[in-house]
Formats: sequence, structure tokens, C-alpha cells
Amino acid sequence: MTATHSLAAEELTLAYGERLVIEGLDLVVPAGSITAIVGANACGKSTLLRSMSRLLSPRAGRVLLDGKAVHRMPAKELARTLGLLPQSPIAPEGITVADLVGRGRHPYQGVFSRWSREDDAAVAAALEATQTTTLADRAVDELSGGQRQRVWIAMALAQQTDLLLLDEPTTFLDVAHQVEVLDLLTDLNRTRGTTIVMVLHDLNLAARYADHLVALAAGQIHAAGTPAQVLTEDCVRAVFGLDSRVIEDPTSGAPLMLPLGRHHVDTPAEVSPRG
Amino acid sequence: MTSVDSVPTPGAALVRRPGSVRFLWLLAVVAALGLLMAASVAIGSRGVGWSDILAALGGSSETIEEAAVTKRIPRTVLAVVVGGALGLAGAVMQGVTRNPLADPGVLGINMGASLAVVAGIAWFGLFSATSIIVTAIFGAALAAVFVYAVGSLGRGGPTPLKLALAGAATSAALTSFITAIVLPRGDIAANVQSFQVGGVGGATFATITPVLPFLAVGLVISLLSARSLNSLALGDELAAGLGERVALARGVAALGSVLLCGAATAVAGPIWFVGLVVPHLCRLLVGVDHRWLLPFSALTGACLLVASDVIGRIVARPGELDVGIVTALVGAPFFIAVVRRQKVREL
Ligand SMILES: Nc1ncnc2c1ncn2[C@@H]1O[C@H](COP(=O)(O)OP(=O)(O)O)[C@@H](O)[C@H]1O
Ligand SMILES: [Mg+2]
Repeated sequence: MTATHSLAAEELTLAYGERLVIEGLDLVVPAGSITAIVGANACGKSTLLRSMSRLLSPRAGRVLLDGKAVHRMPAKELARTLGLLPQSPIAPEGITVADLVGRGRHPYQGVFSRWSREDDAAVAAALEATQTTTLADRAVDELSGGQRQRVWIAMALAQQTDLLLLDEPTTFLDVAHQVEVLDLLTDLNRTRGTTIVMVLHDLNLAARYADHLVALAAGQIHAAGTPAQVLTEDCVRAVFGLDSRVIEDPTSGAPLMLPLGRHHVDTPAEVSPRG
Repeated sequence: MTSVDSVPTPGAALVRRPGSVRFLWLLAVVAALGLLMAASVAIGSRGVGWSDILAALGGSSETIEEAAVTKRIPRTVLAVVVGGALGLAGAVMQGVTRNPLADPGVLGINMGASLAVVAGIAWFGLFSATSIIVTAIFGAALAAVFVYAVGSLGRGGPTPLKLALAGAATSAALTSFITAIVLPRGDIAANVQSFQVGGVGGATFATITPVLPFLAVGLVISLLSARSLNSLALGDELAAGLGERVALARGVAALGSVLLCGAATAVAGPIWFVGLVVPHLCRLLVGVDHRWLLPFSALTGACLLVASDVIGRIVARPGELDVGIVTALVGAPFFIAVVRRQKVREL
């Protein structure tokens, strides 16, 4: 089982040049659980994850891992505790699955150290957990979207971090593969206690799979809590500018959001969304 | 998951890399280099017999034939050293910029080195070997920074095509600067000619020795960057997530490649396309792992330049073509092929 690590943002302000994206944000990631971050396009979700894995320095405030500012920690030490799977990672042309997953071992290797048995074992375990062992010798270019996403997750697993940040891990996947990826992440969380923070676009899948839901709007946290507390009609209107009905999902008990557009519904939205 | 079970998982055997295949390729390339070096000593614009070669290798240079062979030995060494440096520098640059078109020639870096040396000779009376080498490295670094900055302007940052265009435009401008400096200066024309078209003819061990320390430092820095380049290849975000200090890693690797191509240009003048062709070839042979790709690119670069030099001596008998012209003739079509095939996607 994993050690529990606390991850939090304090008064965090993030900007690109003059452009403020996140302003004075406070966030606590519950250890050992699954947190989903939702919000409109370009509201700063990726920016927030980038800062948590210290690619982006805060303009003000701090990101704290176990009480220490991540931007002061040695890079590889942080990378052994906290992993990030970005929104659009790049697979070098022609790279094999095994080679790609092996690159997740980077934080464990110095300039001179050689590939070790632990590295081999970690890669093998990651392939197995994601059911990609049989793909090990295939080129990543040749895989289907769902397979490729599993391989990327395998790479993140080979990094053996107790905390895993994933930016839109289900985007571009069909619904069956989305569910498959989310099930896989849930397995990880349940069997190893990995703390997972992920950005999701599908509110209903987010509500079903997350223990903790964070809705981001205008560079701030609009609401955070259990899915039932957060995913409300008011929240959807405030965050996405969309009228909706929220009912109980008969299959899971989680809240289920049904969007109301201007057409094809009994009580259409009166104004166009985002007026 | 603080520890992985120490019992090997069933999949462990499957994920072991096919190291033996790469090792065979390594032997093949080393053997090819040996053969090419022998050919380079044996073949020239003047035909010589085996007895002359053996005598010359033994240190004798009494007959014209023996003297010709004696001159081919340092020339061969220089082709190995410069080809290796350019092949390696190209592989590092392609990794640093994630750009399949990166090459010390295409990016204008070799012309930067050349211009700096020519200006130094014309205006400051630069003479000593070390001052020329340092000036060349300085010029290479300036050109690299300039081209990267220009190529990064506008949307999307330094895309492959923008970088290549910025490099080509810069090369063209630098080439005309060199001409403008040299034209009114009949007195230095002979000294600087080798900085207009690259070549290895006329090399002596005295001209080669001073550059070796610089190349050695560039070689070590470049090879030690292999792991960083492997993580940078996954994109900056993922590299940072894997504990790479992205800007630092990029800077260090770039420094290594600038040292290599600056120093190489200082002894052999600007040579195009070796750094472009070689890494692509090596990726086909040994894959995308820089720990293999970098040493392989150095060896293959040496092979390519020695071979090009030999070809240049054969096709233009009784004269000879500068090796810089031969590599350009081979490399230009290759450049076009890479652009067409990849639709210039990022590495
Ligand atoms: N590298 C960057 N440079 C400048 N602005 C950026 C950069 N990355 C993102 N932005 C801007 O920051 C805002 C938030 O982006 P992002 O965090 O990617 O949003 P999200 O992931 O929520 O869709 C957007 O307006 C975007 O245009
Ligand atoms: Mg995003």
C-alpha cells in the first residue's frame, strides 16, 4: 500500500506573462481518493496541473506536497512521488511500447546508473496492470486510441508514484474506452491507494468515478466536495453557462446532469447559453 | 506501491530490449568505418600501389606516391573526427528541438561559426589555432541562439518548418556577409577559402590536434545528455513530470552540440547535411533511444564523411571535389525527402 501524501495549493496565482489564469486558489486534494476537476474550456485546468508538477512557477502562493513547497523540491525526488500525464504527450516516431513505458523510470536513474532489475520489474508490472503486456514490442504509432492511452497510463505507473495527475485521460476515446480507462484508474486507487487527480470533460462520468469533485471557474474554485454537493443545476449554470436538469443516476446513485439546449426538450432553455 | 515484488513478473522477459540486434549493428558500423578508412588511405586522385601505402604507414615519404599517402592519413583522421562530431551534433540538435530537420548546416550554425572566423581573420588578424576555434564556437553559439529565437516567434513556438526556414534564411545571409568581407580582401582570400566551402583536404596533424580537446568536451556533454533527450522527446510537460529540469537539460545538450559543430567548422569549414542524414539513418537501425542513437550517429557520421571524401577524390580525377560539396549533393535530396515524408511533423 502507498504512503499517504498530502497535496494542496495555497493562495495559488498562475499567469502566462500578463495573463492571469488562476488567482488566489486554495485547494486540498484528499489523500488516497480520486479527485476530478471540471470546468469550461480554457479556464485553467491544465495550467493548474502543470503548476502542481512544477512545470509552471506560481506568480504567488505555493503548491505544497506533505507541507513542502514543490517548487523548492529536487526535481527527481518530486517525480518519484508525483506523476503527471499531460493532455497531449508526444510519442517519438517508431518507439516501442516497452521503450516508452521504460521512460517512466527516468526519475530513478542518474546519469551513469544502468537499467536495473527493479526497472524491469516496474515496467512489467505496469504493462500487466494496464493489460498491455502483449503489446510490448509493438510500435506506439500503430496502436488504437484506447490502447495508446493505456500505454501512456502504463508509463505513468512505471514511475511508481503515490500521486498521479492526469489531464483529460479520456478525451478522444469512445465511450467504452473512456469507461475502461476510468475503471483502470479506480482499480489503481482501490488496490494501491494511489491518489488520483484528473481533469475530465464528461460531468456524468466525473460524478460517478470521483470521490471528490472540484468545479473551476474564472480562475477560482467555484465549488468543491462530493459529487452530490457539487454537481447541481446552479453549479452547471455558473460554471458552464448552461441550463440543465440534475437527477439521480439510477445505475450508481451519483448525480446525473441532463443539458437543456434550445431544441428537442420539453422546457427549452430561454436564452442561448453563454449570452 | 513502495516496492515492486522482487519475484520477476511473467512479463519481465518480454520487455527486455533487443540489445543483441543493436550490438550487431554496432559491430557492422565499426567494421564499415575501418574499411572506409583503409579505402581513404588507399584511394586518391593519384593511383598508388600497396607497397607505397605500407611504406608510408611505416613513416616513409620518399617517393611522390609515398608522400601522397602520408598526406591522406591526417586527412582521413580529420574526416573521421569531423564526421563524427557533425553526426553526433545533428542527433543532439534533433533531440533538443524535437525537429527532424535540425542539422548544424540547415540551422545556420556552421555558417555562424564560419562568419565569425572570417570576420576575425579579416578584421582582427586572428591567427592562432585556438583563437580560431574559440571564435568559431562563439559564432556557432550566437547563430544557434539567433535562429532559435527567430524560429520561435509567432504562434506555436519553434515548429520544425519555422526553425528550418529561419536557419536557411540566416545561412543565406551569413554566406553573403562572408562574401562581402572576403571580396575586397585579396590578401586573406586564400586563408578563408576553406570557411566558404567545407573540406578536409590539406589536413595535417598539427591542424587537427588543437581542436581535439574542444571536440572531446562536446562529445562528453552530448553523450551525457542522452537520458535527458529521451525524456525531452516525450514533450516538455511529461519531461518535467518525469523530474527533468527542462530548460537546463536543453541548454546543456545544446551547448554540447554547439561545441561540436563550432570546433568541427573551425578545422573543416561549413559542412551541410551530415548531421541531418545520419540520425535518421541511425534511428532506422537502432531506434529512438538516445543512449544508442548518439554514439551510433557519431560512428555513422564518421563513415559518411570519410566515404564522401573518397567519392570526391574519385569522381573529379585528376582534381578533387571538396567533401562539403559531396555531402550537399547527397544531403539536399534527402532533406526534401524528409520534409515530404514526415509532412514535417514533430519528432
Ligand atoms: N503556454 C501558454 N502561454 C500562454 N497562454 C497559455 C499557455 N497555455 C495556456 N494558456 C492560456 O491559459 C488559459 C488556460 O489554459 P488551460 O489551462 O490550458 O485551460 P484548460 O485546460 O482549462 O482548457 C487559456 O486561455 C490559454 O489560452
Ligand atoms: Mg486543458
